[in-house]
Amino acid sequence: MWRDALLVAAKDLRVEARSRVATNQVAPFAALVLVLFAFALDPDRGVLGRAAAGLFWLAVLFSALLAVQRSFALEAHDDARDGLRLSGLDPAGIFLGKAGAVAAQLAVLELLLTGGIAVLYGSDLRGAVILAVTAVAATVGLAAAGTVYGVIAAGLRVRETLLPLLILPVVAPVLLAATKAWDAGLSGASGEGWPWVRLLAVFATVYVGFGVLAFGALLEET
Amino acid sequence: MDPVVRFRSAVSLLGRFPALAGVDLDVARGEAVLVQGPNGAGKTTLLRACAGLVGIASGEVEVLGCDLRRHRRAVRRRVGLLGHAGFLYDDLTVLDNLRFSARAAGRADGDARGALARLGLDGRLADVVVAKLSAGQRRRVAIAAVVARRPELWLLDEPHAGLDSAGRDLLDSLVREAVLAGGTVLIASHEVERAGALASRTVTMAGGRIHPAAVREAAVVA
Repeated sequence: MWRDALLVAAKDLRVEARSRVATNQVAPFAALVLVLFAFALDPDRGVLGRAAAGLFWLAVLFSALLAVQRSFALEAHDDARDGLRLSGLDPAGIFLGKAGAVAAQLAVLELLLTGGIAVLYGSDLRGAVILAVTAVAATVGLAAAGTVYGVIAAGLRVRETLLPLLILPVVAPVLLAATKAWDAGLSGASGEGWPWVRLLAVFATVYVGFGVLAFGALLEET
Repeated sequence: MDPVVRFRSAVSLLGRFPALAGVDLDVARGEAVLVQGPNGAGKTTLLRACAGLVGIASGEVEVLGCDLRRHRRAVRRRVGLLGHAGFLYDDLTVLDNLRFSARAAGRADGDARGALARLGLDGRLADVVVAKLSAGQRRRVAIAAVVARRPELWLLDEPHAGLDSAGRDLLDSLVREAVLAGGTVLIASHEVERAGALASRTVTMAGGRIHPAAVREAAVVA
């Protein structure tokens, strides 16, 4: 399973590295979201500073949608999805590989956006530990849930419009918990954030487990 | 000897339409069988059923000694399907595509390089992304991806389509080599004369069934 996961993740990341969609489109989109929030709310740094955690995770969430959509768009051309089914790879490995590639892209994006909120919103990155642990747990959860719903949507003709409808309600707890945990970290009250990190860890565990068990059936039947 | 492909009263439904309407077929190891018939006869579905890409509603299908319902993944690792699509990733190079195909089937990178050379794709073309290739070159890469897997069962759906004269001759050589090496080949084609010259037996499909008439025996010329 792990060998297959590495093979799929390496393939997806290599495609992204060559196509440069993540660097030329997804990352600028996320940065643009941060800038537009700054315009929309107020140039007053007091408001932006207080809302920084929520705006950061909204930008990550929108970017995650694009990354998941892109992950399955790769398999839509030239019947590559059938090729993946035919490959003989372990479906659990395919799930972990695709989710891992999405998570890796989101992790890089989050690093860039963290710099963005520090510069644009004047956020003080005090609780580095809770910020990092929250980011890991939320990223794994977003990537796993996104990959589960991504494969469901990918089999349908209306996948582009259906995917946000499927994913956004499901990952609402991630948005809430990650925002609360980052709020606590950014305001220097890290202790208040750890219960939210535990919620994120449970979410990630549930979706990774579900994906490992169910991805094969979803890939074959949708 | 147990047949490599064994269909017994196999029915496969596309919606309510029976694409396979009770197929009985045995193909022995080392045989090359041409499946001919008009459009919509069920040739492509038959080949896809051998690879476990379409469901069997009733009846039995065994491939390489395994019940496809229970051992689909194991069978797929040992099968190579050349379909209408090439199952290629446009943003990967020719060599990257072949490496992925070979590794997914548990083969080494050397098999990918061997396939590259066998199909005349080595040298300058190896590092070209597939999106930049002509249709004929893409078809060669798709064939090379099958070769790189070193399959025991070759499933070739209109294999000569899109190839120039040299490519067609090369494909014929590959099929003959596969048969001589003990491989089994199932070819679905409208090019009865050309594909028939490769086959030791021809079966005719119509309306999702195999008709007992028009069975032709021939020697495969090395």
